[in-house]
Amino acid sequence: MNFSDVLKQSNQLCKISPDGKYVATCVQYRLMVRDIINLQIVHLYSCLDQVMHIEWSSDSMFILCAMYKRGLVQVWSLEQPDWHCKIDEGSIGLVSSRWSPDGRHILNTTEFHLRITVWSLCTKSVSYIKYPKACQKGMDFTSDGRYMALAERRECKDYISVFVCDDWHLLRHFESETQDLAGLEWSPNGCVLAVWDSCLEYKILLYSLDGRLLSSYSAYEWSLGIKSVTWSPSSQFLVIGSYDEKVRILNHITWKKIKEFDHPGTINNCKKSVYKEVEQTTVVGGDNLSIHQLTAGNSLFSPKSKYEITPLPAQLPVIKPDLDRANPKIGISAMAFSSDNRYLATKNDNMPQSLWLWDMQKLCLLTVLEHTAPIRCFIWDPSRPRLALCTGNTKVYIWSAAGCLSVNLRVEGIFQVQSLLWHPSGSSIVLLSKEQFCICYMDSED
Amino acid sequence: MGDWWTPAMMTDPILDTKDLSSISGISISPSRQNSLPSLHSTMTLPKTSYSVLSAFCTEENVSQCITYINQEVCSLGLSGVSLECNSDGLNAVPVLNLLYELVQLHRKAQRTLQELESQQLKNESDVNHLQHNNSRLKDQLEHARRENSGLHEGERQLQLKIKTLQNCLKSEKEEVQKLQSIISSRATQYNHDTKRKERECTKLKERLNQLLMDKRDKKLAIEVSNYVGRSDGKRGLWKTGKMEARHEGEMYKALLSDYESRQRSLMLENSELKKVLQHMKKDMISILSPKKPCVKTEPAEDSLEQVASEGEEETTDSSRETLEQSCEQAREQLTNSIRLQWRKLKSHMERLDSQASLVACQERESEDVISRREHEEEMQRMRLEVQQCKDFIHMQQQLLQDMSSPCDEETAALLNDCYTLEEKERLKEEWRLFNEQKKNFERERRNFTEAAIRLGHERKAFEDDRAAWLKTQFLNMTPFVDRKRPALPETQSALSVSTEPEAKIQSTPPLLTKSQSYTAFSTPKAAPVKMPSTADLYRSLRLIPESRSHGRRQSSETLDKSRLRHGSADCSVFSLVRDENSPI
Repeated sequence: MNFSDVLKQSNQLCKISPDGKYVATCVQYRLMVRDIINLQIVHLYSCLDQVMHIEWSSDSMFILCAMYKRGLVQVWSLEQPDWHCKIDEGSIGLVSSRWSPDGRHILNTTEFHLRITVWSLCTKSVSYIKYPKACQKGMDFTSDGRYMALAERRECKDYISVFVCDDWHLLRHFESETQDLAGLEWSPNGCVLAVWDSCLEYKILLYSLDGRLLSSYSAYEWSLGIKSVTWSPSSQFLVIGSYDEKVRILNHITWKKIKEFDHPGTINNCKKSVYKEVEQTTVVGGDNLSIHQLTAGNSLFSPKSKYEITPLPAQLPVIKPDLDRANPKIGISAMAFSSDNRYLATKNDNMPQSLWLWDMQKLCLLTVLEHTAPIRCFIWDPSRPRLALCTGNTKVYIWSAAGCLSVNLRVEGIFQVQSLLWHPSGSSIVLLSKEQFCICYMDSED
Repeated sequence: MGDWWTPAMMTDPILDTKDLSSISGISISPSRQNSLPSLHSTMTLPKTSYSVLSAFCTEENVSQCITYINQEVCSLGLSGVSLECNSDGLNAVPVLNLLYELVQLHRKAQRTLQELESQQLKNESDVNHLQHNNSRLKDQLEHARRENSGLHEGERQLQLKIKTLQNCLKSEKEEVQKLQSIISSRATQYNHDTKRKERECTKLKERLNQLLMDKRDKKLAIEVSNYVGRSDGKRGLWKTGKMEARHEGEMYKALLSDYESRQRSLMLENSELKKVLQHMKKDMISILSPKKPCVKTEPAEDSLEQVASEGEEETTDSSRETLEQSCEQAREQLTNSIRLQWRKLKSHMERLDSQASLVACQERESEDVISRREHEEEMQRMRLEVQQCKDFIHMQQQLLQDMSSPCDEETAALLNDCYTLEEKERLKEEWRLFNEQKKNFERERRNFTEAAIRLGHERKAFEDDRAAWLKTQFLNMTPFVDRKRPALPETQSALSVSTEPEAKIQSTPPLLTKSQSYTAFSTPKAAPVKMPSTADLYRSLRLIPESRSHGRRQSSETLDKSRLRHGSADCSVFSLVRDENSPI
């Protein structure tokens, strides 16, 4: 595992192009596009203000830079560096900007969710979509980029609109049976739309592409409900994480629950394994010192750590959430499938230091990774069943079926990993700290 | 008594001082008497005061005193004793008697007094005890009362508490209800409000939109240096009805393709499952078929199995050909056959299980039996060994004793004694055996004599018969055939020399009927009760005709005769016996 030099970035704005060739970063108002291999600056663009958001177009030809404060969006082309495009939302303000899947339209959400403006780069035309709903995830595109589902709120009722992305033709418009729609997500095959209610009610609805209600599911009532929803890449499973610290798995044929994953505070099933991160105080002197000295200060002052198998029954650190506050820190907030559908990783908010890994073939708990600090981010390798995570310290943690390890960053200075991104090929990881980024190249044999 | 006493004192106050000495003299005499240990008074007056004060009797008033004393004594009920005054003074005897009586009286009084005192004491202590008890009980009562009151108080307090709690509960309930109603009202209100707000919001948004549109926001613009081509390279199309239809069509196409892919995957899964089922069935058949011979012991199951196998043959064929067709019926058949097979397999497994358990049981039992047998054999062997050892030890002891006996005379004598005793015992035993043997012998002899007697009689009868036969032969040979009958008694007499008893028997044909009737009574008595003696035996064996026991013999004879008449079979038996005995 090798590490690149540490480079500057701001606002954690660092994106790898979908084709995997470039990495775009922003420092204040400057956008830099670098070659992923040697990190040489390929293009340098100057924006009008500090950039708040950047996004690659799907064909990796354009980069969108949003400056929300100014209500401006600037688009840059990689092929034609002198080509430019500036979209001004005017006095109405801008809160969100994103590419359409074809990479030729930009969807801007105005302030107060007044409307969504669709700007076309091909025809310079503009169209508006009124009444978008301000919610957790009110807009989603199918993975093939053909359709867009949008949550709307009209006359105190939730509606769902399905658009054809080609020409923004409204394909379907139907009322959803939710009290207060919180989010929607297409299945990866683009045929089923999962719609869930706000946390006040446990309710998930499944609509077909043509707007038929396929099924609805509710696990319980009178308690805080759904916190997160994820499809498996094969569209076979719909997993629902909820405030009762459970993950429920629905199947795609009957849409009934097939399994429920508990997140108990103690693990006493002897078939499972719990890996606990153990920090070791660095011993000055010894054979490792020379390497440390060579790779400079970052790891020299941070303790080394390794995973150890905890004897069972194992007690996991649990924090007691303040249930009187809004959005209590309890329940399953993040779930992610490995690219081959084999594993599911979940994080329970009142056990922020533990990551749960489930075997989806046997539908059972595989292992639990316990860390010394709360997990910030965990992402699966897009090409292999391999997971990378960070906890806001100077280490990167990698898990695969073969085992798990923690790697101390051998970079200059203090680099606390706040977030990470996988390269589409899985050959490298972009590590982001608050102001810097570096690339971690995975060994080919890993 | 005091009434009497005091006036006397008052009437004669002068006398008192005068008769001081004499009184004292009198008073001394009883004091002397009182010196005896038995006399003891608790109420003895101080002598000085007595001698000074009680000058009761003086020489002048002796008679008065006497009368007074008499009266007093009378009143005391001692009427029999009275003082008499004669010329020379007081008669000593009655006085002494009186005194004695008085002393007795006094003592009695003392005793009663003592008793009363003790009674008094007892009563007092009783009273004390009772009082104590009483006070204690009072205390207890008081305590109980206090406790009771305390409890009452507690109860009252608790009840008060309950009341207050109930009130609280009621109020809480009310509160809850109120709150619930408030909540619901608030909820409705808030819902309403939110709706209103939302409406307002949308209105505002509308307005804002309109304003923005009206204002023609100069800033709202897109600046593109030059237009970009579409990512797919096509040109944009006009929005027409045709486009709409195309979108619809595309959507349905997508859905259809999804369903098709899903169906395909399901088909694949189905076919996989079917294959598994087929495989399973084949396996089952292969497992079950070699078992058939052994199953045949049970006819019912066998028939069932055969039917099943026939059916299954059919289904295998049909399912095989319909595997590709995957029609409803074939599937049903397949599942049915599988189910059937499965049931069979299950029953077979159960049977095997039961057999296995049975076999296991038997094995266990057989093991048990073997071990027991072995154990018993072992025991037997060991017992034998023990017996042998004991014998050996006994022998050794005897030998040792034999060896040691000559060295000590006394022990030898003792041992001799022992031996004689032993000998005696042995002799006794032998004697007993002998007696038994004797008894047995006697019994045997008796049986034998009986048999011999019977034999003798038979022989006699045979002899008679022979004689008669010879006679008839002889008579037939003689020319005087017609004279045969009258000649018969003569021949009889002629032959009588050699066979007297026969003649005797022959001569008693009239007796036969009589004997027959007689035997009915006598046989039970005659045969078992009257034991034939040895003499009889000898006689009968040697065939010595004796006149001594003629009568008795006759009776037995008659018995045998009767027996002979009863059955000819007996006769033959006896004849055989006779043949054997004939040399005797």
